Amino acid sequence: MTLGHALLKAGIGFLFVLQMLPLMIYLERKGSAFIQDRLGPNRAYIPGVGLRLAGVVHTLADVVKLLTKEDLVPKHVNSFHYKLAPALAMFCALAIGAVIPYAHPVSFPDGTVFRVQGIDLDVGILYMLAISSIGVYAVVLAGWASNNKYSQLGGLRASASMISYELSMGLGVIGLLLVYGSVDLNTMVAKQGDLAFGFLPKWGIVVQPIAFLLYCTAAFAETNRNPFDLAEGEAELVAGFHTEYGSFKFALFFMAEYVNIVVQSLVMATMFLGGWQIPGVSHEWLVKPENTALVLKGILGFLAIAGTFIGFRLLAWHKKNRMVWKDERGREGAILAVLLGFGPAITAAAVFLLWTSGLGPSSAAVWTAVIQFLVLVTKALLFCWLFIWVRWTTPRFRYDQLMNLGWRLLLPLGLINVFGTGLLVKAGIL
Amino acid sequence: MQQAFFWLFAAVAVGAGLFAVTRRRPLACALSLVVSFVGLAGLYAQLGASFPATLQVLVYAGAIMVLVVFVLMLLNLPEDAHDRVPDPDQDRMWPVFLVAPLGILLVFAVRGMDLPKELPALPADFGTVAGTGRLLFGEWVWPFELASLLLLVAVVGAVVIAKKKLD
Repeated sequence: MTLGHALLKAGIGFLFVLQMLPLMIYLERKGSAFIQDRLGPNRAYIPGVGLRLAGVVHTLADVVKLLTKEDLVPKHVNSFHYKLAPALAMFCALAIGAVIPYAHPVSFPDGTVFRVQGIDLDVGILYMLAISSIGVYAVVLAGWASNNKYSQLGGLRASASMISYELSMGLGVIGLLLVYGSVDLNTMVAKQGDLAFGFLPKWGIVVQPIAFLLYCTAAFAETNRNPFDLAEGEAELVAGFHTEYGSFKFALFFMAEYVNIVVQSLVMATMFLGGWQIPGVSHEWLVKPENTALVLKGILGFLAIAGTFIGFRLLAWHKKNRMVWKDERGREGAILAVLLGFGPAITAAAVFLLWTSGLGPSSAAVWTAVIQFLVLVTKALLFCWLFIWVRWTTPRFRYDQLMNLGWRLLLPLGLINVFGTGLLVKAGIL
Repeated sequence: MQQAFFWLFAAVAVGAGLFAVTRRRPLACALSLVVSFVGLAGLYAQLGASFPATLQVLVYAGAIMVLVVFVLMLLNLPEDAHDRVPDPDQDRMWPVFLVAPLGILLVFAVRGMDLPKELPALPADFGTVAGTGRLLFGEWVWPFELASLLLLVAVVGAVVIAKKKLD
């Protein structure tokens, strides 16, 4: 393995997940505003230019604010563990991303095979569970090292809920393992390319709906998201385990939460929605140069049409805004319409029309991986939005309700599911 | 490279183990033990046993030690509790005299073994999920079942002790 190869692999492991962060934070802000019938953040602007770009600048402003704040370590904390906790939180969140297969291994005509995956482990999903179980310590450490009653209570709650929900998470995974007969994520995705009952794609959500429910619920608890975010229930615990944290140490916890969401979405898409598989389209068909070109042209055509549609919607919004605001805000709609709508649409249409030559086998292999990567990301974004959607529509659980749900409902459900799946697999139905 | 990683993991495992017995705050001890387990998992992984390595992290570091840490935090020892522990120099030395002979015996035992120069090749599925599973549920199925029976007894015992009134 050359150095470039190794660097590329390391980059695949976590760079993509990291790049999703600004998007997730923007989505969270605008999503919450959309659900609560507000406009959402739109005040931050680029000095000199005066553009606000519908709140995109806010994400940048946030980072600048958090980086330039004074990095304060309170006197009463346990300094070493206090500083270790945010780093550990970020590490555990990012490390999981390394095992996700983003596409089918790319095989070039000269025989080299490139796996679009950080590390190819045969223990795949168990590695994911192991790292996320280490992630508990970040919260526990933060709570304990802060020497603050609220923080400590937050840490306690987090560790209790994570222990409880890791069980149902594991049981959900066991149901899947029984069906696919492997813990390796590559094999799991490959098996999901088959058909179940003759007409449905054999996705995890089709063959193991209960396991999906269990895993999805547990993922919300693992990421400490509403309705399970008791570790930072601000009504009772100020900010829970990160009460004593400020500036970039707080930012690391904040980022770790979103990295966790993205990673869990990717894992769920991989295990339950077929990963990079496109239903009805096998990898062998897609990798043929003429078929790759066909699908790429389809995507370009779709982009052209969707971009035009988005452009016209944004223009309509712009016309409304132009009446309300007489300053530079009035121009924003037009700029966004070009940036997000007409610009991509025209580019896509131009590439569609100008591209007449065929694809070589190498470029076809690479473009196939790109298409599969886009498919996986689209599926994962569905889950990302689900995380945001649920956070802003459900009230927070009470602590005893959380424990009851975990131990009295999800755990027995998981056990029954494992037993039933075992019977079905033995009978040859699944 | 292999050697370097071996010494790294070994140093982490042993060093954290030392921290676990010498720190005075109980929680710091427990957390050092977690680090020691992770170092041990690294050694397993180097031997090609990816499944035991993952389980070491998942079960020992991730589940059992979380419970230990949880209990320590629940007990919430007051800040000066560790000051009341007697002076370590006088009071903690005596276990050394218990453990040291065992260590010396072990050194002699290992030296006395005549190890083959050429080690036999490992089976292809050594340390993988499939290989470990086949060993556990094939050759070692009865000891495995006995161990699970023991765990079941422990669970029942824990419930009986924890529940004051059995209904």
